[in-house]
Parts: sequence; C-alpha cells; structure tokens
Amino acid sequence: MIAGLFVPCYIDQFYPEVAINTLQLLEKLGCQVKFPMNQTCCGQPMANSGFAHLAKKCDDLFIENFAGLDYIVCPSGSCTLHIKEHLHSKTDEATATNLRKVVYELTEFLTDVLKIGHLPAEFNHKVSLHQSCHGLRGLMLSQMSELMASPFSKPTQLLKMVKGIELVDLDRPDECCGFGGTFCVTEEAVSVKMGKDRVMDHLHHHTEVITGVDMSCLMHMEGILKRMKSPVKVKHIAEILNHQY
Amino acid sequence: MVNHADLSEKFNVDEPRVNWHDETLWWVRQKRDRAAKQIPEWEELRSVASSIKDNVLSNLSEYLAEFEKNAKQNGVHVHWAADADEHNQIVLEIIQSHGIKSIVKSKSMLTEECHLNPFLIKNNIEVVDTDLGERIVQLAEEPPSHIVLPCIHWKKEEIGDLFHKHLGTPAGNADPIFLTRAARAHLRKYFLSAKLAMTGVNFAIASTGEFVVCTNEGNADMGAHLADVHIACMGLEKIIPERKHLGVFLRLLARSATGQPITSYSSHFRKPAEGQEMHIVIVDNGRSRQLGRLDFRNSLKCIRCAACFNTCPVYRRSGGHSYHTAIAGPIGSILAPNLDMRNYADLPFASTLCGSCSNVCPVKIDIHQQLYKWRQVLVEEGYVTKEKSVAMKTMSSVLSNPSKYRLAGRLGRWILRNAPFLAKNRWNLWFKHREMPEAPKNSFREWYLENKVNKK
Repeated sequence: MIAGLFVPCYIDQFYPEVAINTLQLLEKLGCQVKFPMNQTCCGQPMANSGFAHLAKKCDDLFIENFAGLDYIVCPSGSCTLHIKEHLHSKTDEATATNLRKVVYELTEFLTDVLKIGHLPAEFNHKVSLHQSCHGLRGLMLSQMSELMASPFSKPTQLLKMVKGIELVDLDRPDECCGFGGTFCVTEEAVSVKMGKDRVMDHLHHHTEVITGVDMSCLMHMEGILKRMKSPVKVKHIAEILNHQY
Repeated sequence: MVNHADLSEKFNVDEPRVNWHDETLWWVRQKRDRAAKQIPEWEELRSVASSIKDNVLSNLSEYLAEFEKNAKQNGVHVHWAADADEHNQIVLEIIQSHGIKSIVKSKSMLTEECHLNPFLIKNNIEVVDTDLGERIVQLAEEPPSHIVLPCIHWKKEEIGDLFHKHLGTPAGNADPIFLTRAARAHLRKYFLSAKLAMTGVNFAIASTGEFVVCTNEGNADMGAHLADVHIACMGLEKIIPERKHLGVFLRLLARSATGQPITSYSSHFRKPAEGQEMHIVIVDNGRSRQLGRLDFRNSLKCIRCAACFNTCPVYRRSGGHSYHTAIAGPIGSILAPNLDMRNYADLPFASTLCGSCSNVCPVKIDIHQQLYKWRQVLVEEGYVTKEKSVAMKTMSSVLSNPSKYRLAGRLGRWILRNAPFLAKNRWNLWFKHREMPEAPKNSFREWYLENKVNKK
C-alpha cells in the first residue's frame, strides 16, 4: 500500500516539522509514503472566497500529483474536506472521483484505515484538543455537540494511546476559533475575538499544549497566545502522536 | 455602503459587552441542547420536519390554493401580495377602510422584512408592537437584533432607563419583574382601545385553512380577540399540508428557539368570531424566486427559531445589527442576497463556514453549504470589489504553479526572517492582534529533497 503525502501549502512553508512528523509517523506504522514533488495548494483559499472557478488549475495540478495512489493522507481536516467536496476535472472526472474517495485526514487514516490499537508515543504534558470545524463537522472526526448522538472522537482516541499525556476538557468543546481562511483578515475584529475566547477556554483549564488536526486554526491561536505572551504552546497532533523521549 | 465587517468592528470596541452578548446567547444554545436531549427521537424529528417541508416546497402552489379555498370557506378574507410594497398597501387599505388610526401588532418578522411600521407611520397610522422585546426596540427606535429575542442586545439597566424616559418608571429601577409589569400596564390601554390587531403566522394548514401563531406572552391572542379586525401576515412558505404535521413542528420550534418544550401559547385561528373580521395576507416578496434557485430553495424551510443565531460564533460576537437586515444571523445571510445581492453581498462572507448552524437547524437547512454557494454566485455576478478579484487572481496564479509557488514561499520566509518590518506593520491585518508565525529556513519540500531524495 502506497500512501501519498498531501502537505498543505502553509504547512510546507511555515510548519515543515508538522509534515516531517506526519511522514515519520506513517513510516513508523508501516506505510510506504510517497511525497509528490510538484504539489502546491488544494485551492481552498480561492474557493471559500467565492472564486472556485480560479481553483480549477489547482484541481488539475492536484490530480496530476496524486493520481494512481492507493491513499492520500493529509495532516489537515480542512484541506482534506476541500478535496473531498470540491475536487473535479473537466478532462478526467473518473480519476477526480476516485481521489475524492481515497483522501484521508491523518487521524481518520490512523483509526479507520490502519486501525491502529496502540502507538509508541510518549508526551508528558497537559494537552487540550481544539476541534477544528472542517474536520469535526465536515469529516465527522468526532461527535458534534449540536447533535443528539453518542459521543466519539478519533483524535482523542489516538491521543489516549500516548503515554504520559493528560487530556484537559474544555467548557465549549467544539466552538470555532475564528480562523476561517480569508475570514481572518476580512473580518479581523470578530476573527480575533473568537480566537481570544477559544484560547481563554484552554487557558482556564490550565493546559500546557493546545493540539488539533488543523495547523491553520493552531496558527491563528498561536498568533494570539504569542501576542498575550502566554507560555502555552500549540502543536499539531502529528507532533504529539510521533513524540518520543 | 454599510458592511458586516465594519459594523462588527464597532460592536467589538466594547469587549466586556461582547462577552456578555456571547455568554447570554450561548446560554440559550445550551438550553436548546438540554431540551433536545430530552427527546430520544430528536434527530429523527428533524429529518421528518425537513421531509414535510420538501413536500411543501415541491407542491407549494397546490397547497396555497387549497389553503386559500379553505380559509375563504371559513369566512376569512385572503389577499395576495407579490412584494413588500403590495403587502404594505393591502394592510394600509384594510386599516383605512375601517377609519382606524391606531393598531396593535404582535411579533411578525415578515412585517419587519417589509418595513411595515415606517410605512404606516408615514401614513399617519400609529403602530404599537405588543411583544415586550419588540416594544423595547420600538421605543428605542431600533430594529430588532434577533428574530426571537428582539432586544437581546439590551441590558436590563438600559431598559430601566428607557422605560423611565418613555413609561415614567422610577429612575434607576432595573428590576425585570417590575419593568415587565410596567410594560404590561402600558400595553394594556392599547390592547383595550385597538380596533385592529396584526399578527404573524407560524404555520398555515392547507387542509383546513387554519393558521397557528406561537407566542410566550399571549399578546397575539390579546390583540386578535379584543380587536374588531385581525390581519395575519404570512410568507407563502409557512404552509404545512395537514393538522397532523403541526405536532412535528411545535415540538421542534420552541426547543430549538429557547429550550422550552413548547411556547406558552400556540393559538389556532380558524374563523372570525361573530362581529369580527379576519384577513390573511400571503406574501411572496422574492420567495418564489428563491424557490426557483435549486441551490437555495430549501432556505424556505426555515421556521424562524433562531437556533442558528444562538449557536453562531460570529453572530454572538458581532450582534444582530451588524447584519443590517431584518433577519440576521446565518439564515439571514442566505435569505438576504435573494432580496438584494448588491446590498447584502457581504453577508455570505460573514461566516467561518464552521457548520454549527446546519447542525442545530430543526428543518436541516444546509445553511453553511449555501453560504459557500452564495459566495460563488456573488462573485460570478460581479458583487465583489476589484481589489479582491485582482488579489484572488494573483493568488491563484501563484498557488497553481509549482515554481511560482516555491519562489513566493522562499521570498515570504526570507522577508519574515530578514526584513520582518515588511510583514509586521500596521497594513497587515493579521498582525494587528496576532503575531506572525515563525518562518523556518527550509520548506518541507526542501527538507524532503535533502533528507529523503538526495540520501537515497
């Protein structure tokens, strides 16, 4: 089985360690990983701004890079969801349809495809989980607080396999952080207020590390934490699941 | 032109107030959660309600004709209004034909949508809103900020001051029970003297010609029973096929809205009492146009519970007036562009697309998906700024070209590392309240080339 590693553009440029940890984790768990070298961006920034027609070239490029792979794994719920919902092709819709089916966010790939029962990981800190909306309500990685249904959480299930970790609960377990792509600048005031409120919920519960499946939300919260001069860190879930002392 | 981002920024100047607004509405959301949890078949109920509305929307013209026929048989006058102006004109004519100068009105978002109050006032008719929250915003000369809780943005102390000014209550008295009693006494004289009462309609039953009005204060009943003439205004999507479907919606409505099992009053109106006159005005005002938009038609399923307002993390922190339209919140953001794309082009962008709205919606409207789709329509129709179009085209040309993308990435990281003042300045909206991420020397791809490809 070959898993294609789909690295979101902002992770490639600003958080390479997230992709490195994802790659190492997948290899550690026995996957053969291929990183297609000409990948760029899934096209979501344009599409969510109303310019989906400008994302078509990104679609074609994505298909060019990932066609033929058994699975595509991505350390981002949001980019995964974008591909799942919006990847199409004028010339080869059959391939696009197949890629929409085989693309997985990292944690769901671990729980649903690899079905791992334990992890060789250790992380001795108080950790709280930010449920990123697209992973949560789009990919249904966890049960959503609005629905009257049994709880589950794929990211939490994995975090519980990590030795030494202490998971901290929040008052509002799945409220949006306000990043929202270009929303973070076009609606700066509300975006920042949402981010501050999310961060404060984590801080009230004395967390040491905020984690999540989307580095974009974490980048937004990190920007706020740093401006507050808070010692609390953000770490992508791959960095914790791959952590060993 | 006003827009959501600017109005929200103003709302956010007073941060403690934003916290209070957020917490108040979050508390309502939690009440909704607790009420819904009491119903084991809650999710099934939502699906059934959504399906009933699917049927209604697919057979709307037949149901409306059936409703009209039955209502007329019951002795009710039925009027049809193509738009807001026609609606207002019909209402005015009924009022004037009876020589009436003052009316009472219970809550009706449709009359807000049609801007009926200013129209009647211009025509020398006094309108008194009898819902407590609506009366408060009316005295304050403001539109409601929430469709179920019209004055949720007002604090009790401020209401105390307002009542002191308008109703003569003692200065500084902000006791909610005292103020409610004062409002009750104040409204009583209007109820007793009004010759004409207006109400909204929550549900109109095709097979019987009846309609149902839900309130917590009984003000719709008080108005309609005491007046000689009752005018009920309804959007044409308020139809449900039969009485038996009502239970589904009544179980969902109040639980979704405020977390109550049911509204205090769910009043059924069938025919005028002896000596009284009853009118129903059925209003289109863009609804049939929305019905024709395949992607947006199911927004017409809305039963106006406002659960999407209360759960919306943006609404809670931007306030209802930031939406500058009668129906605010996520649902308003998908309804308003249908009425006027130019004026409301900002609203579908006033969301992070978090999806919480769609999850609480009792009739399962895919609100956040429609927000995304409206964005595409608005761009296609040219309702975005030139600057944004240019920025997006540039962004797309960089992100869809591997060499340009790598070059731009390297350049961006170099700037952050070596000339941070070019990014960390007051023109960068990100930087206003957030630090920039630390730029690494190498991208992941560069690391991969060095550590994986070249080592092989």
